[in-house]
Amino acid sequence: MKKILTTPLRDDDIISLRVGDVVYLSGTLVTARDSGHKRRVMEGVIPSTDLKGGAVFHAGPITKKTGDKYEIVAIGPTTSMRMEKYESDFISLTGAKMIIGKGGMGANTTAACVRDKAVHCVFPGGCAVVGASEVEEVVSAEWLDLGMPEAFYTLKVKEFGPLIVSIDTLGNNLYDQNKKVFNQRKQQK
Amino acid sequence: MENFNVNEKRFISAVEKALDVAAKKLPDDVVARLSEMRDSETSLSAKAFYDCYFENMDKATELSRPICQDTGVVNFYVKVGTHFPLIDSLEALLVKAVERATQSVPLRHNAVETFVEKNTGTNLGTKVPYIEWEVVPHSSELELTIYLAGGGSSLPGRATVMVPSAGYEAITEFVLDTMVNYGINACPPLVVGVGVGPCVASSARLAKKATLRTLGSRNSSEVVAKEEQKLFDTLNKIGIGPQGLGGRESVMAVHIENMARHPSSFGVAVAFGCWAHRRMTLKISDTLDFKVTTHKGVTL
Repeated sequence: MKKILTTPLRDDDIISLRVGDVVYLSGTLVTARDSGHKRRVMEGVIPSTDLKGGAVFHAGPITKKTGDKYEIVAIGPTTSMRMEKYESDFISLTGAKMIIGKGGMGANTTAACVRDKAVHCVFPGGCAVVGASEVEEVVSAEWLDLGMPEAFYTLKVKEFGPLIVSIDTLGNNLYDQNKKVFNQRKQQK
Repeated sequence: MENFNVNEKRFISAVEKALDVAAKKLPDDVVARLSEMRDSETSLSAKAFYDCYFENMDKATELSRPICQDTGVVNFYVKVGTHFPLIDSLEALLVKAVERATQSVPLRHNAVETFVEKNTGTNLGTKVPYIEWEVVPHSSELELTIYLAGGGSSLPGRATVMVPSAGYEAITEFVLDTMVNYGINACPPLVVGVGVGPCVASSARLAKKATLRTLGSRNSSEVVAKEEQKLFDTLNKIGIGPQGLGGRESVMAVHIENMARHPSSFGVAVAFGCWAHRRMTLKISDTLDFKVTTHKGVTL
């Protein structure tokens, strides 16, 4: 059975998750990448969508504008590690509970996930049409001066996933664990 | 388009259409290799990822949308005959095709001017689209390879120059280290391109070219081909799997491109292509007959 989480996410929804679990998300999902994180953390600019209990997607979609309404043509994850510098502060400033992207994140984000009871999940990279088909509506688009990929979009999503938990609230980090295994196998060549 | 003549307009439209297909459909060799990797996978989670890749490819075709939201910086690899009729305006035609495809495909806006840090919003920028030229004497044809270079697969690329005493084992170590510690975040299974030459620039250029070869093709030198096979086997034994979450294999292919080096220096570079390896090759005759060699059944 599909495990579906709905925003706003509560601590109880998050603390039972473990690395490797597969979940889906319904409700509100916002996009933020390098410039979006920098704007929130370094410049203190606050977007109109409240992120308390929210989910943030490291993603820069292809969008189409008809009238004043945006539509998602394609959306998938970008490399999460680029946001490592800002993520811990981003989580504590916003109260976001779920960070979605691709690949692993580092020690600071892992510590933030333990401290603030949040998780990092991966969505299969390159699956942008699957991603777009799980977006019901673009609720708003802000920070458009940052350009199409870096703008801050607020999306309504339905059963968005599969999302694989890669950092949990106990501080387990799936990519760190895998890297250790891969590096050991590399030595055995 | 008003500044272009009839033949130029025809050329622009065909390349615009090629960019559309390149963003929405993977080349035959990549689909075949992914399918082989999916079938040989035993881990349930890895199989689920491959299933998602194929579901995404099907949906991209059905809805006519780009496979991945990151449609990359457009790269053109041009092998142009000195007698190809549109040789003088070729660069302008390619630029125009990118400008039009950005609207019609649509492509994501991926040209950010450096230092001023401004996205141009058109996919055109300083030296972008990126064009690499090769001139073929006594020919009137054009071979054009389009590659949509995504950020995820560009990010983990690395190049260095070693001392000769480091030896060829150092190359292996450099490739494995780059793959395990950086490539893992870049949407595996990856295409691994290795370039070996006298300096960073020449090695990096060869590494990128290596990623564009037909998957599993071998270097014409037997010695180098053996190294390709060795790296391929070693990397696959690590079992990085799709998205770096573990699986039976790690890479779609390993290709090495090499050249002579300086006696004192030993350059090596690694470039990657993601699983959604969007490249397309066209052969264009002097009468502007377009043949797509990488995607069966596609006409422009």
